[in-house]
Amino acid sequence: MKGSVLPVLTVVCGIFVIWYAAAVWLNATWAYDKAARSGVELSTQMLIADAWSQEKPKLPAPHQVAVEIWKTTVEKKITSKRSLIYHSWITLSATLLGFALGTALGIALAVGIIYNRTMDRSVMPWIIASQTIPILAIAPMIIVVLNAAGISGLLPKATISMYLSFFPVVVGMVKGLRSPDQMQLDQMRTWSASGAQTFWRLRLPASMPYLFTSLKIGMAASLVGAIVGELPTGAVAGLGARLLAGSYYGQTIQIWSALLMAAALAAALVGLIGLIQRITLSRMGMA
Amino acid sequence: MSKESVISARQLDLTFRTSDGPVHALKDVSLDIKRGEFVSFIGPSGCGKTTFLRCMADLEHPTGGEISVNGVSAEEARRARAYGYVFQAAGLYPWRTIGGNVRLPLEIMGYERSDQDARVKRVLELVELDGFERKYPWQLSGGMQQRASIARALAFDADILLMDEPFGALDEIVRDHLNEQLLKLWARTEKTIAFVTHSIPEAVYLSTRIVVMSPRPGRITDVIESPLPAERPLEIRDTQAFLDVAHRVREGLRAGHVDD
Repeated sequence: MKGSVLPVLTVVCGIFVIWYAAAVWLNATWAYDKAARSGVELSTQMLIADAWSQEKPKLPAPHQVAVEIWKTTVEKKITSKRSLIYHSWITLSATLLGFALGTALGIALAVGIIYNRTMDRSVMPWIIASQTIPILAIAPMIIVVLNAAGISGLLPKATISMYLSFFPVVVGMVKGLRSPDQMQLDQMRTWSASGAQTFWRLRLPASMPYLFTSLKIGMAASLVGAIVGELPTGAVAGLGARLLAGSYYGQTIQIWSALLMAAALAAALVGLIGLIQRITLSRMGMA
Repeated sequence: MSKESVISARQLDLTFRTSDGPVHALKDVSLDIKRGEFVSFIGPSGCGKTTFLRCMADLEHPTGGEISVNGVSAEEARRARAYGYVFQAAGLYPWRTIGGNVRLPLEIMGYERSDQDARVKRVLELVELDGFERKYPWQLSGGMQQRASIARALAFDADILLMDEPFGALDEIVRDHLNEQLLKLWARTEKTIAFVTHSIPEAVYLSTRIVVMSPRPGRITDVIESPLPAERPLEIRDTQAFLDVAHRVREGLRAGHVDD
């Protein structure tokens, strides 16, 4: 852990340097335009100061985003519609529900594929086909169809999350449940173990490392699904709504702060699964 | 031999259908294994020795002939958990401790918890692994893992032990040691053991009877009764009697290879 601090800091510093430089480069045009209109000659120093402090910059500087995040998280009440925490929670709840549904669906499909010959041959192509449809195309339809059926709010967004997150779980679990080799299955046979015993004592524990890898991908996909699901809902609330509203009004700082919040959320969720993975596998003696 | 037959094969045939045409894994194999015997099967790869063992275990189904285990069909014997099977690889579950691995068949067979504990303890002592119950497989050497897998096969007191090259992947020093231990274990437990190997010294050292097999089609070419005494220190391998048996096995193997 300690040995990785310096390299990580170096990379972070590098990113900030590039970011600040890019902000000057991208926002310079607007700064020159302003200066020309008011007939002022811009020095380099003034250019940089202006580029890093515009209200609607093409690319906001890191400190502008940081200030925006600070203002919309710490300085706002959580219940406020302007609180980023409030919006994050809306997205998070849809993400978690969709993730839970997707994981359950993925595991159920994997078990079906393992134990049912017909499913093994017929279902997998459909599952793969389902993921080739652009989610942006299908998300509004899911929302509209579910709304017509009288379902609105959390569930339509969670459905889109589920649609994206069940896929890695199916693929990973099919591989995981099939990971015991022929010898181990023969061994179960010599004890005349039942199918259920073979599943619970051999196939399922053997699939755990595969499951956790899938869950990490599924969780990130689930968050993407929830944000995409918020885009066509008329932008009421959620990180997706913030992104949409920001882009309508050219509020680039707001967009970037919502983006960073989404990234932080994804990192935290994936990190949490990683932690559960470490604890589970070390308890199982596998890590 | 007045003792009863535990495993009895009559004109056993087994043909695998492959894309290259049929493969005769076993042809006209007949053999009786009596209670308390230690029978080794030796032969080059493809001679059907493992296939024959798997037929006894109901892991393969003969396409002709009959096989009975404990007087019933191989399938009924398997369902009655008549035998313990030791594979070439230990096949211990990495997520279970050594104790947990030995306990696995007991859990599956529905033994009571207290009985499980007692049995795990007893068989681990039998293979000299007492004290390793809480260790995980990766913490043990290959030889110790294989001993644990033998303990697992012994845990539920089956009278028959089927062993498929259990020491094939181990180095010779470890193998010698395990052979010695296996003989002691056999003497103490009075099990009937069928043992597949491709090592002549191992077969001669361990067995009361050696079955020599040859390939294409897989068949029995010679059955040798061992004249060696029951008590067998490792040094017995330097005696003339031992070398004579080993010679006859080698001759048998060579005879089976004439058509190559």
